[in-house]
Amino acid sequence: MGLPLPSKVLEHILSFIDSNEDRNSVSLVCKSWFDTERRTRKRVFVGNCYSVSPVTVSRRFPKMRSLTLKGKPHFADYNLVPDGWGGYAWPWIEVLAKKNPLLEEIRLKRMVITDECLEMIAASFKEFKALVLVSCEGFTTDGIAAIAATCRNLEVLELRECIVEDLGGDWLSYFPESLTSLVSLDFSCLDSEVKLSDLERLVSRSPNLKSLKLNRAVTLEGLESLLRRAPQLTDLGTGSFSAEFEPEMFSKLSKAFAECKQLKSLSGLWDVIPEYLPALYSVCPGLTSLNLSYATVRMPDLVGILRRCWKLQKLWVMDLIEDKGLQTVAMRCKDLRELRVFPSEPDLDDVSVALTEEGLVTVSRSCRKLESILYFCVQFTNAALVTISRYRPNIKCFRLCVIEPFAPDHITREPLDEGFRAIVEGCKDLRRLSVSGLLTDKAFEYIGKHAKKVRMLSIAFAGDSDLMLHHLLSGCEGLKKLEIRDCPFGDSALLEHAAKLETMRSLWMSSCFVSFGACKVLSQKLPKLNVEVIDEMYPPESRPENSPVERIYIYRTLAGPRLDMPEFVWTIHKNPEVGVSNLAIK
Amino acid sequence: MAYEEVINGLNLKDTELRLGLPGTQEQQKQEVSCVKSNKRQFHQSNDENNLKEESSPPPAKTQIVGWPPVRSNRNKNVSYVKVSMDGAPYLRKIDLKMYKNYVELLKALENMFKFTIGEYSEGYKGSGFVPTYEDKDGDWMLVGDVPWDMFSSSCQKLRIMKGSEDLASL
Repeated sequence: MGLPLPSKVLEHILSFIDSNEDRNSVSLVCKSWFDTERRTRKRVFVGNCYSVSPVTVSRRFPKMRSLTLKGKPHFADYNLVPDGWGGYAWPWIEVLAKKNPLLEEIRLKRMVITDECLEMIAASFKEFKALVLVSCEGFTTDGIAAIAATCRNLEVLELRECIVEDLGGDWLSYFPESLTSLVSLDFSCLDSEVKLSDLERLVSRSPNLKSLKLNRAVTLEGLESLLRRAPQLTDLGTGSFSAEFEPEMFSKLSKAFAECKQLKSLSGLWDVIPEYLPALYSVCPGLTSLNLSYATVRMPDLVGILRRCWKLQKLWVMDLIEDKGLQTVAMRCKDLRELRVFPSEPDLDDVSVALTEEGLVTVSRSCRKLESILYFCVQFTNAALVTISRYRPNIKCFRLCVIEPFAPDHITREPLDEGFRAIVEGCKDLRRLSVSGLLTDKAFEYIGKHAKKVRMLSIAFAGDSDLMLHHLLSGCEGLKKLEIRDCPFGDSALLEHAAKLETMRSLWMSSCFVSFGACKVLSQKLPKLNVEVIDEMYPPESRPENSPVERIYIYRTLAGPRLDMPEFVWTIHKNPEVGVSNLAIK
Repeated sequence: MAYEEVINGLNLKDTELRLGLPGTQEQQKQEVSCVKSNKRQFHQSNDENNLKEESSPPPAKTQIVGWPPVRSNRNKNVSYVKVSMDGAPYLRKIDLKMYKNYVELLKALENMFKFTIGEYSEGYKGSGFVPTYEDKDGDWMLVGDVPWDMFSSSCQKLRIMKGSEDLASL
């Protein structure tokens, strides 16, 4: 055994290590490495806010400058988690305000944050620089005003897809004239109109502003005026891109865009009318990211934009792009890494768009760097999946949503088992997978066996029996997050492979046939898990033990059962005498 | 494999409550994956005999909760309304825009506070609970008195009262 590394030397070495995965490994080496690492970690990530208590995190990382927290399970995005479930930011902010006053950045995803909380952030952290709220709720524009008014060194304020009670556009006027440090502002999810003159002045006095995402209420005129004041932008989200076509407006807009020589990312484009699209042509060749998911433009009007975006790496678009548009993408966007195609008509019966599996096949064939796919489509085939896997073994994220539940291969009428088999066998670096269409237990045998690196798996309306879960839980070595809805398995596979759940961050099951009795057993067997039963219809103890419950959310935790549950969430206590409890503290 | 059977284990038709002569096929949008029965819609008058269904039923459609999995916070007009129930220790907040009609709202309230409400047409008698709301003018009204749209845009607060003497005061 050699001389121990002096902690100063280790500190210096660690200052080069940013990745938390690496830092977590470092902290496992020995006590002194754990200690040195924890004292030097600046950016802390907590993937499940209930997995550990705020006090523990605060104590462990005294030099924390940035905290990222995630709250609700992913299926909350699709309204499967009832309102009031939890995910409150308050307990965290309360602790951090006292113990980590030098905190500079807070990033929350799927959490509930109140105006009081925002006010506390503004008041407590003197060096506060960055607030990023993704899919959060519980606050009003008053809370945002507090941040704007008080944080003197604010650089980043991003509200992404939040549900905000909008009390008007005044919040923007709370940025003091002395605030010149803004780098990124995103208020795209707010509804109310802000005063254009306030926004113009804010933009004019923010020389470091690189990213600006406007809300729908900002007009084309407003956009043009703002672009003139911020030609240095690299990331732009327009407001409503619609007005009656006026040649003068068009030429002003084109000119303004032409001056934005550093623009790399473009989004917004609400209500865009085809006549105004050519105003964007000058920026297209520089774009690496284009989000058209709010643009209801149909083919062939999209072609002009697509064929000019030859540097594009990320494209989000609606299925209005059709197979034809994807052909253009395949031909011109050779650098494409990520493609997301969203449904324009989410109604099951109303699909009348010429987007088929062929579109995705075409892109997969031609775009060699394509590694991340999210694709909504009415139907699919095994052949298409096999082709995609052959051409793109480098795929890391594959999320296919066949809109019709239980839809088989539309040509052979077979299940899509063989297609997904090809995906998991061929794409050895697959990290994230969502499956859909008609799938038997066999599909899950393939997934369990081959999807060794998949960390997150989403399943709906699939499988025949407990065998499907058995395959998944006895395989999928890298699985961290599993979310399943409407699948016909019961208790046995879950209980048989209970130990696996401690190696995962979380498991969500809804509308399956898992019983309350099984939840109790799981909870007793595995002390490090919280087993939450979410049932709005019936308290679990009001029914026989073998009746299925609506929803179950299981996650590993060091913090024990949480104390902030609403009436419809029950945690099974480890002590069988306490039984089921539903402790709610206001 | 028909998904109706898998999703709720019940044949929807069996549990469907609807008006109309036996043998007629009335088709309405139904939500599956959380079984709801088709109670009759609340109507614009108190007339108990006015039990007509919607004049032209829409074509049959089934809507699965949360499917397809697209984020639906595109209707971002949120305004929370406080809901209190006499005797319950905690206030709840709901977003009225989540509900399309009185049936959905009352069902949600029943779930939230674990009780059953009577029928509007009978003045909510029977259960001892009466849902009331405060409108924009500060007046307390009985839930169901006005058409849904008028209600949802003017409701400021909801209160579920207990006991029949409160009903008399409305």
